[in-house]
Amino acid sequence: MTQPLLKVEHLTMRFGGLVAVNDVSFDAKASQITAVIGPNGAGKTTVFNCIAGFYKPTVGRLTLTNNGTPHLLERMSGNDIAGKARVARTFQNIRLFPKMTVLENLIVAQHNKLMRASGFTLLGLFGWPGYSKAEAEAVDLARYWLERTNLTDVADEVAGSLPYGGQRRLEIARAMCTEPVLLCLDEPAAGLNPRESADLNTLLRFIRDEHKCGVLLIEHDMSVVMQISDHVIVLDYGRKIADGPPDAVRNDPKVIAAYLGEPEDSAVAQGGV
Amino acid sequence: MIGGALEYFLQQLINGLTLGAVYALIAIGYTMVYGIIGMINFAHGEIYMIGAFIAVITFSILGIVGVTWVPLALLIVLIVSMIITGLYGWTVERIAYRPLRGSFRLAPLISAIGMSIFLQNYVQIAQGAKIKPLQPMIRGGIELIKGETFSVTISYLQLIIMAMTLVLMLGFSYLISATPLGRAQRACEQDRTMASLLGVNADRTISLTFVLGAVLAAVAGVMVSLYYGVVDFYIGFLAGLKAFTAAVLGGIGSLPGAMLGGLLIGLIEAFWSAYFSIEYKDVAVFTILVVVLIFRPTGLLGRPEVEKV
Amino acid sequence: MTVAERLKDAIMAAAVAALLALPLIGFETVDTGGPLGIKTRFDYIAYAAIVVFLGRLGMRIAFDWRRSYRERIVQAEPTNIDRKELLTVLGQKADKWLMPVMIGFAIVMPFLPFANRTVIDLGTVVLIYVMLGWGLNIVVGLAGLLDLGYVAFYAVGAYTFATLSMHFGFGFWETLPLAGLLAATFGVVLGFPVLRLRGDYLAIVTLGFGEIIRVILLNWQPVTGGPAGISGIPRPSFFGFPFSADPPEGATAFHQLFGLEYASIHRIIFLYYLILALALVTNLFTMRIRKLPVGRAWEALREDEIACTALGINPTNTKLTAFAIGAMFGGFAGSFFATRQGFISPESFSFIESAVILAIVVLGGMGSQAGIVLAAAFLTLLPEVAREFSLFRMLAFGAAMVLIMVWRPQGLLAHREPTMRLHPAGTKPGGGKP
Repeated sequence: MTQPLLKVEHLTMRFGGLVAVNDVSFDAKASQITAVIGPNGAGKTTVFNCIAGFYKPTVGRLTLTNNGTPHLLERMSGNDIAGKARVARTFQNIRLFPKMTVLENLIVAQHNKLMRASGFTLLGLFGWPGYSKAEAEAVDLARYWLERTNLTDVADEVAGSLPYGGQRRLEIARAMCTEPVLLCLDEPAAGLNPRESADLNTLLRFIRDEHKCGVLLIEHDMSVVMQISDHVIVLDYGRKIADGPPDAVRNDPKVIAAYLGEPEDSAVAQGGV
Repeated sequence: MIGGALEYFLQQLINGLTLGAVYALIAIGYTMVYGIIGMINFAHGEIYMIGAFIAVITFSILGIVGVTWVPLALLIVLIVSMIITGLYGWTVERIAYRPLRGSFRLAPLISAIGMSIFLQNYVQIAQGAKIKPLQPMIRGGIELIKGETFSVTISYLQLIIMAMTLVLMLGFSYLISATPLGRAQRACEQDRTMASLLGVNADRTISLTFVLGAVLAAVAGVMVSLYYGVVDFYIGFLAGLKAFTAAVLGGIGSLPGAMLGGLLIGLIEAFWSAYFSIEYKDVAVFTILVVVLIFRPTGLLGRPEVEKV
Repeated sequence: MTVAERLKDAIMAAAVAALLALPLIGFETVDTGGPLGIKTRFDYIAYAAIVVFLGRLGMRIAFDWRRSYRERIVQAEPTNIDRKELLTVLGQKADKWLMPVMIGFAIVMPFLPFANRTVIDLGTVVLIYVMLGWGLNIVVGLAGLLDLGYVAFYAVGAYTFATLSMHFGFGFWETLPLAGLLAATFGVVLGFPVLRLRGDYLAIVTLGFGEIIRVILLNWQPVTGGPAGISGIPRPSFFGFPFSADPPEGATAFHQLFGLEYASIHRIIFLYYLILALALVTNLFTMRIRKLPVGRAWEALREDEIACTALGINPTNTKLTAFAIGAMFGGFAGSFFATRQGFISPESFSFIESAVILAIVVLGGMGSQAGIVLAAAFLTLLPEVAREFSLFRMLAFGAAMVLIMVWRPQGLLAHREPTMRLHPAGTKPGGGKP
């Protein structure tokens, strides 16, 4: 029995008197897409921020097992979670480096690797050839993800000038350039039109299948969740109310009740808003 | 037995509170402007200096025309100084900051530094570089404790400064918390775009914020000119710096914070000068600021800023 | 706007000006020994009002004219709306030819016919500010950290140089790295606790730090000489050959080495080239480090710190390097300042210096190396040109800062050149796609 990629145990997060997340446990596996869904205010983003190190959980253990090495995320700083445990994330309100070019955004994502290659700047300053090679490799990786996200043509444009959908894709490309083992996506389909949404599904499947990367996503758009998730976790009022494959969750009466207590079909429609 | 140690302490407390009251009045101008448009109004110290100059000039004119009854003179000086200094605050905002609204963060700061240099030199040219003395008008005080070696006194002027500050603070808190202007001000502080969509005239509200800040600085200027009896064109820089430190110490954007910060800075200065060294009092002030910020990054009463991601 | 509206607007402005001028210009305080006397100067108020009236009227007319002109242009050639201004074009070409032209000019300047002692001295002062501007640009322009106390590092450099060279007999080239190193250490010591703070808090703490250093310089008599400062700092020699008419026994003077007549201008020219070299090293360093991971991380931090953290970048360490490196260049500039002046005192390191250096960076166009040169030249030469009106020069200086910001909030040459390209410059990728 191998360790799951990410094991969340008894996660609880309180803000003052408010309990945003209450004793939530779940697993996310490598090469699987795990979705966290739930009505507004269910605590999805809080769970996410705990995993990415933006919040320190009040109680709970978050274990990320990367190549057999366990990392206790709740004890690590945000940049170590990204750099050492290799958890990458995107943001609900896109956070790019808007005045830098698309390519530069992807190179910044490979900072730690390049930092070492440049001898922590000292060697790079004097034009050490090893650094040029590392930089060329970094550009190759960036080029690979640019092609995947269909951004090659705009690689030299400033990121802030991209249309919304392009910015969303760039954010995913940037996260993938950190070569993560777990990719956390915070509402990646928000604001996308149906075609872009379909492209996103293709991209996420590709990431799961070709890169053996675990994907954890928060989503409101049920069409995305039901089509591509291998595993769905439903939160309501900070508690986990369901956990299983999409079809099982879809028919779970507790889930239906949580979505305004309406029949399944309209619940899905509601959630899609 | 250290004779009069307690008396000495109490005296420093009184001096520190007086100084702190003045800093608090200036600090409010910084904190409100920061709260509403997120900029450090560097020229605010000069506005205070202008308030002090107008006070000295008006007192002198009144002395020449023969208005010598102190309460009347003080009232006239306060009104004149508040009106004209308020107008200075308004003009500075119109010329140097409003055109820069919406441009990147450092542009208004540089404009403010330029404005500060301009105002300082303007007053220096108009009124000369020499120190302007003011005849003491409010003399005497109350002897609170008569010690053998040291007596604790509070002068009438110190009483006036503290009472005046207290009244202004209360009035001001009321203004912000319970009047339409205060509501508009708080709305603009939280979300200027939304406030304008709901019919709040954001430009006017921001202008009024500058005027209010300038008016309080003018009061501080009048008080200081009476308290120290001298003004010169350079007093704005250090007072502005201390008041801004006070605003940050208390938590910038917070009115009670500015008051608390002002009082604390005044006390630190008074006690450090009295017990350690007068030369290093500014070092003490800034060191304490850094220490406080390390442990409370948003100041003593500042709301912790939770950034949504 | 109708004529009547324009007039009304201008009259309002004039009325405000008159009211503002009334107490501060209308009355002049006169020292009489006892209470202040008052002289009236009401005629000046009238002048002020008239100037403001005409100025406001003129400005309104000019704005209206410009707007209608623009509308006509748009109607005539709808495609030509984004006609680029001269400065924008200049900013884009700056790296390609503006910098080389400026550097070329700086190199030949001392040998041009107009170059006398005053001009070269002035050039040296401009270059000191260019170097300080480039140093601070690393902190403010690249890393986006608002440092209002940069002059503190300049002071640390200058005083380190003075102390080491006077009490320990170190020469310029030995002291220079030590002064830079010490300034960088100060940067780290200050930066470590405070770099976690949000932007504007950092501003006040650095401002306070600048004041602390100044207060220490004023009061730590045995080391800093207090308000009197330190004088008699050794002047630089040409790599061991002194610039003096009669060198000490056994030493060869610069003019003897090259078989020249002794002339005091030799040292002036040498100092000019020294600071030019130091400034160019700063520039070269910045150009290189921008293309290294740490430089890109600085720019990324300026844009979005939270995103940087999510990419595994340690924000505190990255900021600390920017802070320390910026401080180091400030220290170098301080060393040069000390050896050039031969005398330093706390007066040279007041807040106004920090403000001027910051203004150079921002006016130049954040991050633009060429823009900083233009801004430094403008801000140092303006007071010199206005020297005849010495009373008004700082007034004009302050007004210029405000006006330039209002006119061009993004700075003179605001253009960011990407640090790398996927498609070589000039080629349009993707053919048909817009």
